[in-house]
Amino acid sequence: MGHITLKSVRKTFGEADVIPAIDLTIQDGEFAVFVGPSGCGKSTLLRLIAGLEDVTAGDIQIDGVNATDLPAAKRGLAMVFQSYALYPHMSVRKNIAFPLKMAGMSAAEQEAKVQAAAKVLNLTAYLDRKPGQLSGGQRQRVAIGRAIVREPKAFLFDEPLSNLDAALRVAMRQEIIELHQHLKTTMIYVTHDQVEAMTMADKIFVLNAGRIEQAGSPLELYNHPANIFVAGFIGSPKMNLITGAEAEKLGATTIGVRPEHLDIVEAGGWSGVVGLAEHLGSDTYLKITTDQVGTITLRAGGEVHLRHGDAVRLAPRAGKVHRFGADGKAMA
Amino acid sequence: MARKPTTAAKTTVTLLAWGIGLLIFFPILWTVLMSFHSEGDAIKSPWDMLTSVWSFESYAEVQTRSNYALHFFNSVVISVGSTLLALAIAIPAAWAMAFVPGRRTKDLLMWMLSTKMMPAVGVLIPMYLGFKNMGLLDSRLGLVAVMTLINLPIVVWMLYTYFKEIPGEILEAARMDGASLRSEIIYVLTPMALPGIASTLLLNVILAWNEAFWTLQLTTHDAAPLTQFIASYSSPEGLFYAKLSAASTMAIAPILILGWFSQKQLVRGLTFGAVK
Repeated sequence: MGHITLKSVRKTFGEADVIPAIDLTIQDGEFAVFVGPSGCGKSTLLRLIAGLEDVTAGDIQIDGVNATDLPAAKRGLAMVFQSYALYPHMSVRKNIAFPLKMAGMSAAEQEAKVQAAAKVLNLTAYLDRKPGQLSGGQRQRVAIGRAIVREPKAFLFDEPLSNLDAALRVAMRQEIIELHQHLKTTMIYVTHDQVEAMTMADKIFVLNAGRIEQAGSPLELYNHPANIFVAGFIGSPKMNLITGAEAEKLGATTIGVRPEHLDIVEAGGWSGVVGLAEHLGSDTYLKITTDQVGTITLRAGGEVHLRHGDAVRLAPRAGKVHRFGADGKAMA
Repeated sequence: MARKPTTAAKTTVTLLAWGIGLLIFFPILWTVLMSFHSEGDAIKSPWDMLTSVWSFESYAEVQTRSNYALHFFNSVVISVGSTLLALAIAIPAAWAMAFVPGRRTKDLLMWMLSTKMMPAVGVLIPMYLGFKNMGLLDSRLGLVAVMTLINLPIVVWMLYTYFKEIPGEILEAARMDGASLRSEIIYVLTPMALPGIASTLLLNVILAWNEAFWTLQLTTHDAAPLTQFIASYSSPEGLFYAKLSAASTMAIAPILILGWFSQKQLVRGLTFGAVK
């Protein structure tokens, strides 16, 4: 079980209102991702759920039980930290066994669980090493091993992949997804990387200034962003946000078109000149300075041979234009 | 590209290091040389002494004149006792300052350090009178108390710097792993802090062993440590160099040996925080 509910949770640090008031529910077995720019309160929110910070007001319920005043050790949650936070003076075996030892489990049981976890995480050969003798990816696995052996109600991940290099990050991302499919335990994952959020989450919570801007499945957020912030944050490259006459034609203050929803056309549409062309092989990203809507990004196929200085005409694909009102919210 | 030192440069640096090392060590070497000669030979130049007759006569003389064992025992009691007492006070203090700092923690630390900047002689009269009134003059207990107090700021500072190096996330990880405060201290904090505590202990023993101002002012015989023992040989009566040297050698030998064996710990203790 791992059903987590936050009711009007508020957190202030001195004068600063880091989280004004948040309500959210994470279903049992769900992979929830908190995503947002740095300083949006996502890590604080995770630490409140973990019990490492005290809430200023509001309730946190875990499996229907009020856990607001429970210390971190009693909440039955496991956490994986950005810095791994392994115990440097203990071997990998002792690191993984530590929560079991704290739970008063017998040495034989501890060893059996450590072996099982080490097998899942490919750590069997490293059990007698100290964390200092491991690579970043291996340390991250040990941190995950330490979390899984205690069979927690939920896993909390605080930007666990940001200290790894790009290739390893992709590999570890897949390992965590597979781990979730295998364990079916609730996971709450904090990241500032919207690609991680999109690829891993069942449900994404987009946070900004301590508020939830929108919550939903990755494709819901991609297809129906609730406001300009979410529209600009989800999707890579970023959605083109256009204001002025072209937006007013559609009865909106701002319109948004994703780079992949712009087409190069023979006639009509917007006219412009290619500023920067990035040929990735599979895709081509074109930065086009248009006469009507300023500089926008267009994503074309890999075989497009446009270059700097070429004149082009482009048009948004029908039904793929997002309209936003003066308050920044999406219009029906 | 990393610069590769030439052989000439390496030789120069090595010679320079040995030169400086010898220069620093020279007074001790001279003292030891003098201690192994008769009073008559001890006033010769160190070079001439090497070729003169070596003898243990000064050591024998010092043994009959004073009670080395008593002073040695006093030195051990005062330095080790004051260090343990200081650690017992400073560990919880530094712990609190490092892990649950308040708004005034930095000020408190600076204030503690500032007491070390005051000349000790400035409080000699009140201290002496206070000791006299409490009947603590020439007592080991009194000396242990004084040594504890004068070294406490340094001990707190050293431990504070060391505890600061322990990442908070590791303690939080222990809490998430179900550790109680007690388990957190026993299994996680103490093992990580042990090297720091050990170097602090060593350094403080050395500082207390060598302290000469208060030990000379507040003791006469019964509680007198080795500093007083050395000082008792510095008198204007005739030729006394060899006996003074023998006493000095006997006084500094134990701490020199301790320092030699623990130099790795000591250097680490003195430089931590400097290199991450």
